[in-house]
Formats: sequence, structure tokens, C-alpha cells
Amino acid sequence: MTQTRIQPQTGAARAPLYFALMAALILAVGLLQSWNSALAILNMGLISAIMALGVNLQWGYAGLFNVGVMGFTALGGLAVVLTSMPPVPAAWAAGGLRMGLALILGSGAIIAAVLAWPRLPKGRARGLLLTGFLIVAFFVYRGLFDPAVEAIEAVDPSVSGYLGGLGLPVILSWAVGGVLAAGAAWLVAKTALGLRSDYLAIATLGIAEIIIAVLKNEDWLSRGVKNVNGLPRPVPYEIDLQQATWFLELMNKIGMDPVTGSSIFVKLLYAGFFLAVIVLIVTAMELALKSPWGRMMRAIRDNEVAAEAMGKDVTGRHLQIFVLGAAIIGFAGAMMTTLDGQLTPTTYQPLRYTFLVWVMVIVGGSGNNWGAVLGGMLIWFLWVEVEPIGGWVVNLLTAGLDDGSALKAGLIERVAYMRYLTMGIILLVVLRFSPRGLLPEK
Amino acid sequence: MDLLNALVAFTNFVVVPATAYGAQLALGALGVTLIYGVLRFSNFAHGETMSFGAMVVVLVTALFQSWGLSLGPLPTALLALPFGILATALLLLATDKAVYKFYRKVKAAPVMLVIVSTGVMFVMNGVVRMIVGTDDRRFADGARFVVNAREFKAWSGLSEGLAIRTTQVITVVVAMITVAVLFWFLNKTRTGKSMRAYSDNEDLALLSGINPERVVTITWLLVAALATIAGALYGLDKSFKPFIFQQLLLPVFAAAIVGGIGNPLGAIAGGFVIAFSEVTLTYAFKKVVTYLGPDSWAPDGLVQLLSTDYKFAVSFAILIIVLLFKPTGLFKGQSI
Repeated sequence: MTQTRIQPQTGAARAPLYFALMAALILAVGLLQSWNSALAILNMGLISAIMALGVNLQWGYAGLFNVGVMGFTALGGLAVVLTSMPPVPAAWAAGGLRMGLALILGSGAIIAAVLAWPRLPKGRARGLLLTGFLIVAFFVYRGLFDPAVEAIEAVDPSVSGYLGGLGLPVILSWAVGGVLAAGAAWLVAKTALGLRSDYLAIATLGIAEIIIAVLKNEDWLSRGVKNVNGLPRPVPYEIDLQQATWFLELMNKIGMDPVTGSSIFVKLLYAGFFLAVIVLIVTAMELALKSPWGRMMRAIRDNEVAAEAMGKDVTGRHLQIFVLGAAIIGFAGAMMTTLDGQLTPTTYQPLRYTFLVWVMVIVGGSGNNWGAVLGGMLIWFLWVEVEPIGGWVVNLLTAGLDDGSALKAGLIERVAYMRYLTMGIILLVVLRFSPRGLLPEK
Repeated sequence: MDLLNALVAFTNFVVVPATAYGAQLALGALGVTLIYGVLRFSNFAHGETMSFGAMVVVLVTALFQSWGLSLGPLPTALLALPFGILATALLLLATDKAVYKFYRKVKAAPVMLVIVSTGVMFVMNGVVRMIVGTDDRRFADGARFVVNAREFKAWSGLSEGLAIRTTQVITVVVAMITVAVLFWFLNKTRTGKSMRAYSDNEDLALLSGINPERVVTITWLLVAALATIAGALYGLDKSFKPFIFQQLLLPVFAAAIVGGIGNPLGAIAGGFVIAFSEVTLTYAFKKVVTYLGPDSWAPDGLVQLLSTDYKFAVSFAILIIVLLFKPTGLFKGQSI
């Protein structure tokens, strides 16, 4: 990241034009497919945009290569469960206390070892002593942890079998998601930030896989692969709307079917929430970018050595921005799980949750917040629409063939995997011919 | 106390599978390390390269099987291996020409190449899925076992059986041959030496008249062979699932870095370190402990240190520990 960036003047009208085009694309989906699909794309697009903002903060502002987006997203999802689900008193009574003790002991042992390391005299004895200590601590921890898990998971396993959450309003969980992700990011950054850039990448890749493994396995925490369904919502349920008189009157007035109308109404409410979040984050980030702090960050990114010579704490600032970016991703992850209404750990795939977000940032324009938002919306739109568009093209091309033909069936089956190929090609083409993205950094 | 049975159980469930897995990881890590040494970036598309190579092997194997071709007790896939390597080599050379070459020319930052390789990863992933879909495919044929558990019990009179699958033996033998050929090539031939020279010091190598493009081409050819062999062996041993190779990326990278990235010998050591730690820490030691202790000691639980799904955590933990305490890896690799 030591190369200087040449900054040609770009037309000021570019951003509004692109956003208008994006709006037109979503409107086209509404008109050609259905308004429900259009709003679904809009909502996930807005969430993707926030994830892209988080990655942009890390990459665009500081040049940190984070490929653990999936893990931070999933932590956000976990936060929704832990915050908003009602607690399961029977499970708490069965093993809550022991579980708490086990976790305190486990983390306490690790913290003690980390703190003791620099304070003990150097030499082989230190390594052996601490390794022995950690091994003993591990067995004590398992001795407390295993029975607690068994007790908790035995409580009505088909419905609960986990500790539940705190029963707080679901909106709060978004902030909790940010905090959880920030905590995990702090741990990664503390260990891996001093190392080379691709080592940080591998470390984040690893931590993401571990977070997913925890979510899949620790049934007492997240119900694992049994999923947590029926998460509370910040918006009314469609069923209730369809029975509310004011809503029926409203639908009557605009002449819309109440069932479709209720679903659209709910999605619009979500869109309102998400837009508010985006406006807040972008405003904060733009202000930060223009502040002395933002200038310092870019100075560090463009020339670490020079910034260090000026007395800037490069590693400290990197740590700060890595944690902030991860918090934004965790926030978005919690929003996504809220929108889905369920936590399904098996759906987290690195291509979809990590590398797709990277495509969004690069295509949008790294270093530019509006670019990240645009990239998030556009790439999500393509991710969803490539399949139907591909199917339509195949149908058009094979119109002459009869329906039973193997070629046609094969092609239609293949179209399902088009999105991966398309995303890869888009990323490669943008990197090659327009590496600064659709909306370049100013 | 029954030492022999405990030893057999340990060999059967830990040593044999970990050796096969270690050989597969070592081959994968060798590919990563060669790319790092010569092209100087971490290739995130390497998992998909292995997937592509294995896929071609699976398809050619199916074709041979339909022709009735077979190697008797050996899996037909061995016959298909050269075709897989050829197809992967063509793919990698084409990718290099279409994608990577440009970034070499403009001397892009290594991290840029890493991002580019994620684009290549997407494309390869899409191509593999479009060609074979996402189903699980078993393509191992021939004799299933070299050592059969029941025969072993009858022969040794022990209550614990030892089973060694043909695919496990083939994995180790093929890996050994591959590594021997690779090291002979790198250390004894002129081309191999020029490759090492280029990897050690690009400027000096260029001064002494080594053609960089030729070195790059040869690297991709070697990587194609290593990745295809690694992918095909992994597929033979377990089964071919396009998804699985994405998940192999982490242990493969961990193996390369733990051994010292850029150092071929380190990649092999790293592969076995990662494989043995993963299998040992996730194996349920109940049987072994039961054999070792007196009868009354038989444990209730599985005596499993970590659930199998945490094998990522093992490669990750080893990676972090090595990076913190010995950033250049166990064998001296390139750093910074």
C-alpha cells in the first residue's frame, strides 16, 4: 500500500446518476416480477451495503485485508438470539450457573496465561509451566462445561435445549451484534495485526470458520443446526395487520389485496429502519473521513513508514479501524438475522458472506462510502437476478428445442450456478479495467 | 492393561488416517508455497484449483469405467490423473495469461493479487459447479482394503482390528513419488535451479539471464500437477464434493505457513503437523484409554478433546501459535 494514488477529477454527477440507475433497476423488478421481490432485494441490498461499508472502512481507509466477514456477520446473528429470545428458565436452573462458572474459568485461565507470559522469566521453564497450566485448566474447564452442556441441552430439546436470550427488544440486538463482532475482531487484531497482510487475511479466514463451527456445535448457546426460529421482530406481523381494521381500510382505499399489501407494508417498515441506519453510518463515516483522524488514516494507508516517522501509532490505529469495521459488519449481521426471523448456522458460506461483500466493495469503489453503498446494492441485485435473467436467456436461446431435450434441461440446471461465475468475472473485469470502482475515491 | 490393542486402535483411527490426510495437505501446501515463492502472493483460488483438477479426474475416470478400462486392484483414477493434470495446466496457464500476467507487468502490490485470486476462485467455483453440479461423487474402485480389519484380527489374535484402505496407501505412495520428483526437479535440473534462484532473489536471477515468464509458466505447470494430485487423492480417500475444497483452503494455508511459506520442505512438514494435530485432538480416545487402564477405569465419556467440527480451530490455533512465536515458520520461510 505504498503506491501513491493518482486522483483524476470525476464528474460530480456520477454518484446521483448511478443511484438513479440502481433505483430504476429495483423499480423494474417491481414492475416486471413483483413488488415483494423488489422490496426483498432492496432490503437485503441495504444490509449488504452496510456490510460493504464495514469492509470499506477496513480496506478503503486502512488497507486491511479482512476475509472473515462471514464470522462477524454470524456473530451479529447470534447477538439477535442472545438479546431478544426469551430466556429458558428451566435450562438456566439446570446448568446456567455451572456454565457461567466454566466460561469464567476458561477465559480466566487464558487471560492469566497471556498476562503471565511477559512477566515470567524467559526460558524453557516458562513455556512448560504455562503449557502445563493451560492443559490442567482445560481439563478443569471441560469438567465443569460438559455436564452443564448436557443438563442444558436435555431441557426440552425439541423446542429449546438452550439457554435462550435476555428477552430484550430486538432492535437492541443490532448494537449487541456490533459489540460481539468488535470483541472478536479485537482478539484477532491483537494477535495478527503486527504480521504481514496476507497472514491477517488467513487469520480472519480462520476465525470466521471457528465462529461458524461454534454456532453449529454449541447447541446450548445457539441451538446449533436445530436453528432458532421465530425471532422477535421490530415490526408488526403480517397476520396481525391483515386483521387490523385501520390496515384493511387503508388497503381498501388504495385498492390493494390485504395479504400482498401486508407483506409489502412490513418490508417497507424494514427498509425504513435500514435506510436510517445507513444514513447514520455514512454520515458518521464521512465526517470521520474529513476529520483529522480520517486524514491520518489515509496518510497511514498511503505510506505507513512516513506516517510512523511522523509519530503516528500505525498498529494502534489499525487495531482501532479493524474493530470499528467489524462492529459495523456485526451490526449488519444482526439486522440480516432480524429480517430473516431465524438463525440458521448452516447457511453461512464464505463465498456468499465474505467474498461477495468484497466484490461489492471493489466494484463500488474502495475508499468511497457512497461507492460501497452502491456496490452493495448493485451486486446484491445481480446476485439475486442473475439466475432468473440467465434462465430467461436460456429459454430464449433454446426456444427452438422441445421441452424434453437434454441440452435445454442441462442448460437450465447449469444456470443455477451462473451467479458464482458472474461475480468472479465482474470482480476480475473491474479490477483489471477500472480498479478504482464505479465511484472512485475523491 | 492391553498395550497391543491400544496401539492397534490408535494406529487404526489416528496414525493411518492422519498420514493419508497429511500427505494430501502437504501436496496442497506445496502448491501454495510454490506460487508464493515465485509469484509472491497467497493464492486463494488454490482450493478451487484442486477441485477443478479432481473434477476432471472424476469425469475421465467415469469415461474409462464406461469403456471397461481398469487397473485391477488399483483405482482407475490413477489412469485418469495425467488427463486431470493436463486440463488443470491448461486452465492455470490460460488464467495466468488472461488475469495474473497484467498485474505482474504493472508490479501490483501482493495484496492486490490476493484479491484478484478471489475473483479467480469465484470463476473456478462457478465453472466446477456448472460442469458437475454439487453432488457427492465416489469414484474409487478396485480393491477396497490392503489390510482388512477381520483378517487382521484373525492373523494377530487381537480383539482390535486394523484396516488400511487401498486409497490411503495409494495416497501416501503417490505423494511420496510426487514429492521425490518435485525435489529432484527443483534441486537437480537446470530449470528447477533457475526457479529457486528466481524465488530467492528476483533481481539477481534476472541479471543472470533467467527468463521470468518461463519460470512462471513452469511454476503453474508444477502447481497444476500438485493441485490435481492433491485434489484427486483427497477425493479418492473421502469423496469428491465441490464444497469441500473451499474448506480445505484453511488447513492447506496453515500447513504452508506453519512450515515456512515459500519453503517446499516446510510445506510437507506443515501438512503432517496440521493433519496429525487435527486428527489427534478430535479423536475420541475412549477405546484407547479403556485398553490402557484397568477394567474399572473405563471412561463414561468419549474422551474427545474437541468435537470433530472444531478441526478448523486446531489448524487455526497452530497457525497462530507458530506465527506468534516463530513468524517465519518451523523451517525458515520467507518473511516480510
